[in-house]
Amino acid sequence: MVTTTPDTTRTQSATTVGFVARYLAIGAYFGFVLVKAEVLSWYRIQEMFRFHSFHMYGVIGLAVVVGLVTVALVKRYQLRAADGSAITFTDKDRSWARYLLGGSLFGLGWALTGACPGPIAALIGAGLTGFTVVLVAAVLGTYTYGLLRHRLPH
Amino acid sequence: MTDIIFEAIRGPWPWYVAGPLVGLTVPLLLFFGNKRFGLSSNLRHMCAAVPAARRNAFFAYDWRRAGGWNLLLFLGIAIGGFIGGVLLANPAPLVVAEPTTAALATAGLSVDGALAPAALFSWSSLFTLRGFVVMVLGGFLIGFGARWAGGCTSGHAIMGLSELQWPSLLAVAGFFIGGLMATHLVLPLVLGL
Repeated sequence: MVTTTPDTTRTQSATTVGFVARYLAIGAYFGFVLVKAEVLSWYRIQEMFRFHSFHMYGVIGLAVVVGLVTVALVKRYQLRAADGSAITFTDKDRSWARYLLGGSLFGLGWALTGACPGPIAALIGAGLTGFTVVLVAAVLGTYTYGLLRHRLPH
Repeated sequence: MTDIIFEAIRGPWPWYVAGPLVGLTVPLLLFFGNKRFGLSSNLRHMCAAVPAARRNAFFAYDWRRAGGWNLLLFLGIAIGGFIGGVLLANPAPLVVAEPTTAALATAGLSVDGALAPAALFSWSSLFTLRGFVVMVLGGFLIGFGARWAGGCTSGHAIMGLSELQWPSLLAVAGFFIGGLMATHLVLPLVLGL
């Protein structure tokens, strides 16, 4: 009993380090791509909503193609994650109000700030620290939704 | 040779390079963590991390267990932003499409070559009416709308559409309705403040 305790602790901490490193690394990869693709730029979002550039449509379109192929392969060959666990997908609730109304409010915010949650983090990292204000406001927005959600159509 | 590689990494990357690299995040998360790509839940986890907010049932859950991975991903994105935007920053000013530059000039905003206009997103602009509205109202709508819709650009537009989820297509339609309204109706008013 006594001799196994340190080993268990070591395994747990190794797992924790691996867990932390894994998501930090994937996040850093994604954040780096966001900056280099300039898709976190307020101006690129303006070009998109004014139909003046193909850039954003091309990026999102091809990203979805990679996602579609990934999901199709996972389903077709019942691929498993690296740890051996089964990868499953759950269908979202079939309704329209929350998606269309909530989505429209989100779109208003996306176009005003030129950013969505991922880009907000990347912009702060890139030195545009004013976006911490946008982040705090977004957290307050989610909190307010939590308070009002029972009165909203879903 | 190294100069050419360095130059290419600094960007900006064209859409046909950037798009697949953005999409690659989906298999990375699925295979290395069995996680579905999505980032707006972090805003909920941040609320749940505040003890006072947990009085509301919507935020009363174990945010470390449910959202630990997602918050680490979010922090990682900021680190990636620092590497790409500071350490390996592209020194050239951002180029904006001519008609967009003209439309913004008409509305009273000049293109400044940064990723986002300092006239709206700097700390000092927070104390101007238009800066306050764009940052605070815009941010609020992102958080409120994303949670109501059950996801944002990553969760619905990329992951949801990849899973052929019909509701995600509705959400993306909503993103566009709101975005077009903000760009063509709200923003001209706000920039005039």
